Amino acid sequence: MTTPMQLARVIGTVVATVKNDSLEGRTLLVVQTLNKDLEPKGSPMIAVDSVGAGVGELVFWCRGKEASFPFKREDTPTDCTIIGIVDSDLHVTQG
Amino acid sequence: MILARVLGNIVASTKNQRYDNASIMLCQQVTPEGDETAMTVLALNTIDAGVGDTVLIVQEGWGASTASTGKPGAAIDSAIVGVVDYVDLLKDEQ
Repeated sequence: MTTPMQLARVIGTVVATVKNDSLEGRTLLVVQTLNKDLEPKGSPMIAVDSVGAGVGELVFWCRGKEASFPFKREDTPTDCTIIGIVDSDLHVTQG
Repeated sequence: MILARVLGNIVASTKNQRYDNASIMLCQQVTPEGDETAMTVLALNTIDAGVGDTVLIVQEGWGASTASTGKPGAAIDSAIVGVVDYVDLLKDEQ
């Protein structure tokens, strides 16, 4: 099973001029997954943006075939998509 | 998606008929900083990426299949979908 939705920080952008036609116009961002205390967990990966996220923002992503659901499915090959922007670090509360 | 460097080409005359004409590349995963990791993967080449290129690999069956064959349902789970020009990292700016 694919890893379920997780919090992540956008830490960079990827520039790729030559790409599959189906990725034309999509923003590719480097995301670092975070744990519940917003500390880095695991290694960074590349996600397609579906919500207009920018570098430095706290976001959450989903993986697997569901990652292509925000787009017309046949059009966007992605296995990791940013599907939400958290208002701020303080908006992640516990207890 | 992961970043990877293309190490070489895999020649396989006999393969699934859905992607008979596709080229299959041997790639090594790299970090956003460009350092090689221990993981090597195979991926179908949808964009004519060459040896030495840093590429984006999608690791999900539906996307990989539609990107490389135009239709879902082919027996693949990895496809090269972009050649990376550069990665712009936040920490480089600080």
